[in-house]
Amino acid sequence: MQSLRVVWAIFAKDLRVEWRHRETLSAMCVFGLLVVFLFSFAYEPGREESLRLLPGLLWIAFAFAGILGFNRSFAAERENQCLEGMGLTPADPGAIYIGKMLANLFFLGIADVVVIFAVVLFYNFSFIPTLKWFSLIVALGTISYVAVGTIFGAVAANTRMREVMLPVLQFPVVLPVFIGAIESTTAVLRGENPSAFAGWLKLLAGFSIIFLVLCYLLFEYVIEE
Amino acid sequence: MPLEAPQARRVLEGILELRDVSKYFGDLAALRGVSLRIEPGESVLLYGPNGAGKTTLLRTLAGLSRPSEGRALFNGRDLRQDSAELKSKLGFVSHASFLYGELTARENLKFIGTLFGLRDLEKSIDCALELFDLRRRADESVRGLSRGLLQRATLARAFLNDPEFLFLDEPFTGLDANSTRKLEDLLVGLPKRGKTLVFSTHSFEQGAALARRLVALEAGRLRYDGPVAMAPIESLRAAGKQ
Repeated sequence: MQSLRVVWAIFAKDLRVEWRHRETLSAMCVFGLLVVFLFSFAYEPGREESLRLLPGLLWIAFAFAGILGFNRSFAAERENQCLEGMGLTPADPGAIYIGKMLANLFFLGIADVVVIFAVVLFYNFSFIPTLKWFSLIVALGTISYVAVGTIFGAVAANTRMREVMLPVLQFPVVLPVFIGAIESTTAVLRGENPSAFAGWLKLLAGFSIIFLVLCYLLFEYVIEE
Repeated sequence: MPLEAPQARRVLEGILELRDVSKYFGDLAALRGVSLRIEPGESVLLYGPNGAGKTTLLRTLAGLSRPSEGRALFNGRDLRQDSAELKSKLGFVSHASFLYGELTARENLKFIGTLFGLRDLEKSIDCALELFDLRRRADESVRGLSRGLLQRATLARAFLNDPEFLFLDEPFTGLDANSTRKLEDLLVGLPKRGKTLVFSTHSFEQGAALARRLVALEAGRLRYDGPVAMAPIESLRAAGKQ
């Protein structure tokens, strides 16, 4: 019960801090929109070409928006060594991780929705026919990405070249997630039978669980000196 | 005859111990073979020049910094394995405030109090704010507070959980004369209430008036550990000036 209170306190605190300075979410959304907008100039968004390029474009936008978010998420913690301050309490480090992870998931979830709406507008593409499976893939891919991004954000926060270190550390680990997400998004948008991308979905679900459990257990070592 | 486990635990209750602790940051040795035993209710002044290892010693005692060599123990148990019990009874003031700039002092205290799992949180917050004369400024963003007010908010955070152990690194930094006097009065009364106080300050006179035991460090080594009244003050001061 106390762990749930800790999770909620950290989640609510991150939302309140973001509401006060409005830096993280706006930067994530603007960056995602920029990627979508610039790509729309690069090629004529016909139906076939959209099907070929949209999955990659979507996940590039999600990935870069996420990097910005993870860096900003720990900037506030770094400022007055607040992460260390949390480590001075008897709170379960795993609960601290879950609280931070949920806040990051909330912000990246909003950025995902903004990017998807932008794709609908700029590419005149409808996700309605595949909404159920598409939403599931985006949710699983985003959870895996945020699970890893949150812990590497905390690791990179204590390094000198943190903005560079975060993608360098994180992308090799989440590469299978992006491959799975792009492959399954492609299959879904092409209207293929669910059995054609079930393997990728299982991979995404497996990675989500493994990353969440591992990061929950390892966060203790990240917040100590 | 060796003590039974519960007996041994009672004997060690509230005792903090460093056994031959060394701490290295790369090639730099911040602590070298330091051994200490701090009993409940003691008031200990950490004294030494800049870079002597005072901050590292406090962090090691709090379980924030793992010794490179040796062991840090609380109640006879290694802090590496179990620091949650100590942390639940600990108030810590460091060079950093541990406060979120975007939140108010009250919101910061509420957040930290939740992490501590305090039962009567609103009452604890009001007490901590009252203790450091922060009630009128409690709903202002911490980022807008002056240096002195920020230090008072930092102290309020450390006292929020009515800690049994107070580790204070330069607690008087930034405080005005009135706040300094109030903090001194507060610290003097702590050991009488059975609370353990370990603190550092650059003013020997100020520290000596508050503590009964002096631990002097020089280049990471223990130079003196004993009653303040018996301390070789002049030679310690001379070392500090070098």
